[in-house]
Amino acid sequence: MFDFIPEIPLASWVDWIVDWITSTFSFIFNPIRNQFGDFMSWSASQLASVPPIIIIIIVAVAAFFLTNRKFGLATFSIVGLLVIYNQGLWEELMFTFTLVLIASVLSVIVGVPIGILMSKSKLAETILLPVLDFMQTMPAFVYLIPAVAFFSIGMVPGVFASLIFATPPTVRFTNLGIRQVPKELVEASEAFGSTGTQRLFKLELPMAKGTIMAGINQTVMLSLSMVVIASMIGAPGLGRPVLSALQRAQAGPGFVAGISIVILAIIMDRFTQNLNKSK
Amino acid sequence: MPVIEVKGLSKVFGKNVKQSLKLLDDGKKKDEILKQTGDTVGVNRASFEVEQGEVFVIMGLSGSGKSTLIRLINRLIEPTEGSVTIDGEDLAKMNQDDLREVRRKKLSMVFQNFGLFPFRTILQNAEYGLEVQGIEKSERAEKAKEALDLVGLGDYINQYPSQLSGGMQQRVGLARALANDPEVLLMDEAFSALDPLIRKDMQDELLDLQQKMKKTIIFITHDLDEALRIGDRIALMKDGSIVQIGTAEDILMKPANDYVERFVEDVDRSKVLTAENIMVRPETVNIDKHGPRVALERMREEGLSSIYVVDADRNLKGYITADDASDARKKEIRDLKEIIKTDVPTVGRDKPMQELFEMIHDSPVPIAVVDNEKLVGIIIRGTVLAALAGESEVHVNV
Ligand SMILES: Nc1ncnc2c1ncn2[C@@H]1O[C@H](COP(=O)(O)OP(=O)(O)OP(=O)(O)O)[C@@H](O)[C@H]1O
Ligand SMILES: [Mg+2]
Repeated sequence: MFDFIPEIPLASWVDWIVDWITSTFSFIFNPIRNQFGDFMSWSASQLASVPPIIIIIIVAVAAFFLTNRKFGLATFSIVGLLVIYNQGLWEELMFTFTLVLIASVLSVIVGVPIGILMSKSKLAETILLPVLDFMQTMPAFVYLIPAVAFFSIGMVPGVFASLIFATPPTVRFTNLGIRQVPKELVEASEAFGSTGTQRLFKLELPMAKGTIMAGINQTVMLSLSMVVIASMIGAPGLGRPVLSALQRAQAGPGFVAGISIVILAIIMDRFTQNLNKSK
Repeated sequence: MPVIEVKGLSKVFGKNVKQSLKLLDDGKKKDEILKQTGDTVGVNRASFEVEQGEVFVIMGLSGSGKSTLIRLINRLIEPTEGSVTIDGEDLAKMNQDDLREVRRKKLSMVFQNFGLFPFRTILQNAEYGLEVQGIEKSERAEKAKEALDLVGLGDYINQYPSQLSGGMQQRVGLARALANDPEVLLMDEAFSALDPLIRKDMQDELLDLQQKMKKTIIFITHDLDEALRIGDRIALMKDGSIVQIGTAEDILMKPANDYVERFVEDVDRSKVLTAENIMVRPETVNIDKHGPRVALERMREEGLSSIYVVDADRNLKGYITADDASDARKKEIRDLKEIIKTDVPTVGRDKPMQELFEMIHDSPVPIAVVDNEKLVGIIIRGTVLAALAGESEVHVNV
């Protein structure tokens, strides 16, 4: 019906942009890939070299105190981690955990300031909200393609893709949390002569803390899902056995790796949730 | 010099501010302007002065612009027009730094819903104003504690606001404001969220504190009783404009227009009126000049059954009843001193009307209002009832 309009070469435009970015910024991307990549493999292998029993104990004790001295999460962590160890997936677990941790920390470092900016500026909010929607609704796989173009394969493009995919909740919730601070409290802080920075740090961030933590919780979960997917571009971790099981149509090993991911997800979710409640 | 001087202060919310101001100049009303320009008039050309140590109450119905007005004073809301000066400095012209300095040192605010930070302890809340000034920790804790002691919360410093009752929370709000030792306290419906009994306590407490501290207070309320209780002067607002400024008496006895009159209609007058407001000019005889004949004559002229006796300086000596006077005339007694009765019920000028009820009920003669022994007026049963009924004409001064 609209055949008279020639097909717009949208895809080749994007290709062109990605190529341009890759070649123009390779002087930044290459050192990041090398050094950051080295750093991540180093941290992951350090973690993997700690005897599993020590890690399990640390996690269990932390869980016990974080949940106000209840045994539920601690017990679950011990049993879950032992299952993963028993299935021979401990090293994969350590890699996945390291990647998620680094990706989430980066997301928070980037996301919170952007969220603050959004809460302070109507203009920033108007521009960023659709961008965030876009970032979150685009299928996660799609980010892997330019990530590979920029950073080749391995952990670094995985973290990069996760950064794009998992940051939006932190931004959103930071913005929301600050905007939800009751008007009277904002007036009180102004009326007593606070500067903008004082208002932010002495009122808005403490008030928004719960909401921001809820955003961070979501960010961690999205990072985990992205890091698993990133095994498609060569990131090590629990995603790999899933992928290879898929390629060989082996239901059993695929399921075991899947369970391990679920266990890790539950532990990380409960940890970030309780971090929020406990203070 | 007044501490706060507000001149021609206006606030128009909306997009057609210029046009709306012009319509205000033409004397258009708030709702007409809303219809024509879509703008809301928050405050319309308010002007008043507040003296050092005064409790200035701004009163009006919901939406009359009270909150907007008080926020214009510390510039939480930017004025559209007009000026606010504090100690002679114009706030509207100040840059952000100077404005902040004024807010830190001279103006403190108390909020309707307390405005306490829930994640801070009571002490930390009270410290807030000092903290943002960068005052050292031990010093600010000391000052905050003093302020908390002043409002009777010295024992609660480590609690959180949610652990305290509403009245206690508002005391913290007050302590936070006092800790800065400001010149001016701005209180926006500070007691409106409290239940009536606590509210009355807080009013008393504020008046007590005010006795000691002599701050300048701008207090907002929509409650006339509260305004009458605590205000030295009262400004009544309607649709953004101030319709009358005056003492409690002015507002009650000389309402500037129908609106004020209706506003004050159902106030419990017995609480605010005093003997002075309802006394009437007394008929008297002079103890040194007059005898029973004159006394009897005057009583007959005025239709009285008794008459007060004074000396040349109007010092009250007693009263004479008509019966005694006619007896005395028959017995040819010349001197009033022989028949004078001295069991006179007397009150001072500022006796609340409430307490006059019983006296007047038990007394056979009108109550004498005296000032330094001098008779300044009398109170008769009829005027008390009339005043209660709200007929302001009864107010006749000597
Ligand atoms: N930010 C704002 N934007 C637009 N209009 C406003 C704004 N703030 C107040 N107004 C309007 O200004 C008028 C005065 O409001 P204000 O809050 O000062 O009244 P108030 O006397 O304090 O009432 P209340 O007793 O309900 O607190 C109202 O018509 C209100 O709708
Ligand atoms: Mg109000």
